[in-house]
Amino acid sequence: MVAVKPHNFRQWGLIGLAAVFLLVMLVLPLILVASEALAKGWQVYLDALNEPFARKALFLTLEATVAAVLGNTVFGLASAWLLTKYDFRGKAFWSSLLDLPFAISPVVAGLLFVILFGRMSPIYPFLRAEHIAIIFAVPGIILATVFVTFPFITRELVPIMEAQGRSEEEAAATMGASGWTIFRRVTLPNIKWALIYGVILCTARALGEFGAVSVVSGHIRGKTNTLPLHIEILYNEYNFTAAFAVASILVILAVVILILRNLVEWRAKRGLRNGN
Amino acid sequence: MKSFSNKKVIPGYRFTCGITFFYLSLILLIPLAAFVLYTAGMGWEKFLAVVLDYRVFHAYYISLLTALAAAVINGVFGLLLAWVLVRYDFFGKRLLDGLIDLPFALPTAVAGIALTTLYAENGWLGQYLYALGIPSAFSPLGITLAMVFVGLPFVARSVQPVLRDLDPQVEEAAALLGAGDWLTFRRVIFPELVSPLLTGFSLSFARGVGEYGSVVFIAGNLPYETEIAPLLIMAKLEQFDYQAAAAIALVLLLLSFAILLVINGYQRYRVQKQGV
Repeated sequence: MVAVKPHNFRQWGLIGLAAVFLLVMLVLPLILVASEALAKGWQVYLDALNEPFARKALFLTLEATVAAVLGNTVFGLASAWLLTKYDFRGKAFWSSLLDLPFAISPVVAGLLFVILFGRMSPIYPFLRAEHIAIIFAVPGIILATVFVTFPFITRELVPIMEAQGRSEEEAAATMGASGWTIFRRVTLPNIKWALIYGVILCTARALGEFGAVSVVSGHIRGKTNTLPLHIEILYNEYNFTAAFAVASILVILAVVILILRNLVEWRAKRGLRNGN
Repeated sequence: MKSFSNKKVIPGYRFTCGITFFYLSLILLIPLAAFVLYTAGMGWEKFLAVVLDYRVFHAYYISLLTALAAAVINGVFGLLLAWVLVRYDFFGKRLLDGLIDLPFALPTAVAGIALTTLYAENGWLGQYLYALGIPSAFSPLGITLAMVFVGLPFVARSVQPVLRDLDPQVEEAAALLGAGDWLTFRRVIFPELVSPLLTGFSLSFARGVGEYGSVVFIAGNLPYETEIAPLLIMAKLEQFDYQAAAAIALVLLLLSFAILLVINGYQRYRVQKQGV
């Protein structure tokens, strides 16, 4: 379908309506965050960000994000390879399992881990005896973050690997290349952009996850508080300027992620056009 | 050819299989199994007593109703956005296109506090809505607005590629046969878009039903009025009533699966009927 320059009132009307909808729904909240964050001037803004609890929360958020992205990248590559390079029984079932987190409320996701590792769990006495803290501690936060983000990379990789087929890898294998060499020299160059794209989506969701992390975190300031949870605490204490100041950090990260996303998409398209 | 690929020529089957099943078990299968066992352990009587409680029932009702309303709004505006971005060339189009993904990148807690401040009684938009007698925050309308925000990209992103790949010749044929724009859209273009529209609609609906972060601030959380199911799970957890939380969560989980199953089933039925 070809795009045309709008040439009548009706077409301009549709464009206008779409633009107004996006401005009101998406842009206005962003402007509001900036305006509220700076409502009491730059000094208050910078103080809110420099506060030790905010810095700790930022650090914990980054820690959980890095852990989730690393784990999910390994899993994403392995599962996409498994689902596209081999035939085996029950493949449809396993691939539909991968979509499950999209149908599970983040709050329920957090609850799953509370039940598995929390006080009512049969393994809780063992964990306690070994001094392993999972719930209301950092490992729980990482598990919850991994849960809500694990399908992203696989879902980006599977369609493109399916479309690439198996013939290149099969040719390499019959010529005696090892699995690792095939992956590095044949597969990876083909899926590079899809992988980066999946990592970006995974990072975005991991940085901002709220519901699942909220259930397992216990909200201990300076210990198990991530940035989004810190925002909630500040907001509920009516410390709106600080809440929006911290929120503005996440807005900046979100905008950077969006720009990266568009750059990657543009590069990937250009690569396709050049027959790469 | 089939027997060739069945031999698993490409190395790495057992390695990727191992990683995938280990990771899926740890993150998804064991927690889900523990959750189902735990809920089963509480017995029918207790389970039904929790789930059929009027407060719980009302929370499901509000969750489903507001998520449905949000999915319908996203269906209409998602179609409009996809149409405008595919069919017309205009200044700022790339920016609008990039903006659509903002809700995927912006943490839900940030969206939540921004929307609440925006639509509160003294907020930038709320002051006008309240003056018209429309309570836009702490009401089902506010919950719907938050769900529209988080579900906004789904429909647009599902419809866009299908619309882009439509063959322009079909439309030209319709025009040559004397069909007007509206008739062409209704009879030629729209039937092609039903499938991606339903996909986007169901994703947006399921996301809305489980959404927590963006809704918790704007909902006001009044029992029997603006309390949604994920919030109620959270409330039960805070009272350390894990059994009730698990029972409510199980029903919420089944509701989300049912939504996705019904819509997927309908899609398959449509495809079969058309004989495509």
